[in-house]
Amino acid sequence: MTTEILLAGFGGQGILFAGKILAYCGLMDSKELSWLPSYGPEMRGGTCNCSVCISDDPIGSPLVLTPDILIALNQPSFDKFVSTVKPGGKVFFDSSMIENECTRTDIGIFGIPSQQLADDNALKGGSNIILLGKVLKETGICSLETMQKAIEKVVPASKSHLIPNNFKAIELGMNA
Amino acid sequence: MERNLMKGNEALAEAAIRAGCKCFFGYPITPQTELAAYMAKRMNKAGGVFLQAESEIAAINMVLGAASTGVRAMTSSSSPGISLKSEGISYIAGSDLPAVIINVQRGGPGLGGIQPSQADYWQATKALGHGDFHLMVFAPASVQEMVDFVIKAFDRADKYRVPAMILADGLLGQMMEPVSFPEVNPEAVDKSSWAATGHKGEREHHIINSLYLQPDALQKSVVDRFERYEQIKANETDAELYLTEDCDILLCAFGATARVVKSAVNDARAMGIKAGLFRPRTLWPFPEKELNEAAKNAKKLLSVEMSMGQMIDDIKLAINCSKPVEFFGRTGGVIPTPAEVLAEIKKVGGAE
Repeated sequence: MTTEILLAGFGGQGILFAGKILAYCGLMDSKELSWLPSYGPEMRGGTCNCSVCISDDPIGSPLVLTPDILIALNQPSFDKFVSTVKPGGKVFFDSSMIENECTRTDIGIFGIPSQQLADDNALKGGSNIILLGKVLKETGICSLETMQKAIEKVVPASKSHLIPNNFKAIELGMNA
Repeated sequence: MERNLMKGNEALAEAAIRAGCKCFFGYPITPQTELAAYMAKRMNKAGGVFLQAESEIAAINMVLGAASTGVRAMTSSSSPGISLKSEGISYIAGSDLPAVIINVQRGGPGLGGIQPSQADYWQATKALGHGDFHLMVFAPASVQEMVDFVIKAFDRADKYRVPAMILADGLLGQMMEPVSFPEVNPEAVDKSSWAATGHKGEREHHIINSLYLQPDALQKSVVDRFERYEQIKANETDAELYLTEDCDILLCAFGATARVVKSAVNDARAMGIKAGLFRPRTLWPFPEKELNEAAKNAKKLLSVEMSMGQMIDDIKLAINCSKPVEFFGRTGGVIPTPAEVLAEIKKVGGAE
């Protein structure tokens, strides 16, 4: 089975970072995986997206066109990609930034005010990770322990003091 | 073996260091830049030299100089930068020097774009510079193969005294995948008969040169080199054959495109269409024998490339135009989708 994930938002919202955490979750669980960023001019201040595939089998195309899971952090990304989600798939979005005008009934739609939660809990820039917590709870893509191990891997050594904040963000998302 | 998660560009660099590359000369260009950045960070600590040259032309000529002394040397770039290096590559080939050149392709011609492309196939396999020469061309389709092929490219370059190229693309360069690094024992190649290491007054000069003003002498040097090319053709072709044994339609693709095509082949099989995949891992020498084996039962071939159709020429030549060869491609940085390839399989296979 292959899970195709698309993360999208503005450059600077931690799209690639959140994608890396998901990729490392696959690595921790000894799965096949791929992580592919958009690297065009759009990522310099504009929209940014990232494809992650996690599978039991070798990955074919690493480019996710029809995601099982969409994680959207801004309105243009939500509007652009929500129609591409596979029937039965799930959409996660920041409801403090995004107005949900999607009328699809064949997908699960989960909006949490992740930006607001990050601000309220002094987790600056933690909106992306809070959403990952929600993804973890609603999809069971991996265990909490796996995701914590992945975070420890992805956060650079020079910023290891931020690991507890990331753990807290995951918890906030799971309970949101 | 431990699995690490690495970007293709970084994996190329780490593999080169582990393969004993001591000199890296480069110039930044998207989508290859992470390779040079990784080298800048690591090469010094690994006891080698990283140098950002003032231009691509300078960088390739530094490779020529370093390789002349017998050390393992490498440069990397992306399509427009490789064109700039082509003069130096011809000189390296004409001087019988081993070197590794990496091309993380982007769309062309001209400055083109920065998204993935395979439109440098002709350049890499037919004419990477002027004159009668070839270089070995490896086409990885995963980050792991990027590692494995860099190690192999250094070994083969030394063994045959030819330049070798890794023909990758922006998609492979930018993506991260799990990768393991094998124990590398660079095959010890004795270069003492030709390397310019200082004669100390104890032996004849070793002259590294590609200039022969006497036609007979130049002809002899080229013909001798082509004898080595024959050995390379006999020994070094490599291809993956996937579900080819009973296939009616044989898809042909290399590099990142082969991943997309493999997904489409699996989808076609699930629908009862007997599709297979021939994926050359070496583009020069082209795996002719392997292609003929893969195509023996096929009724049609379909080449899928991120270009307007370049490898298709080698496919037709290899099977001597004995079967119809169709083409499907995307170019300019557009990546074909499995659904598009599947639709093409249905169209070409007549199962519409």
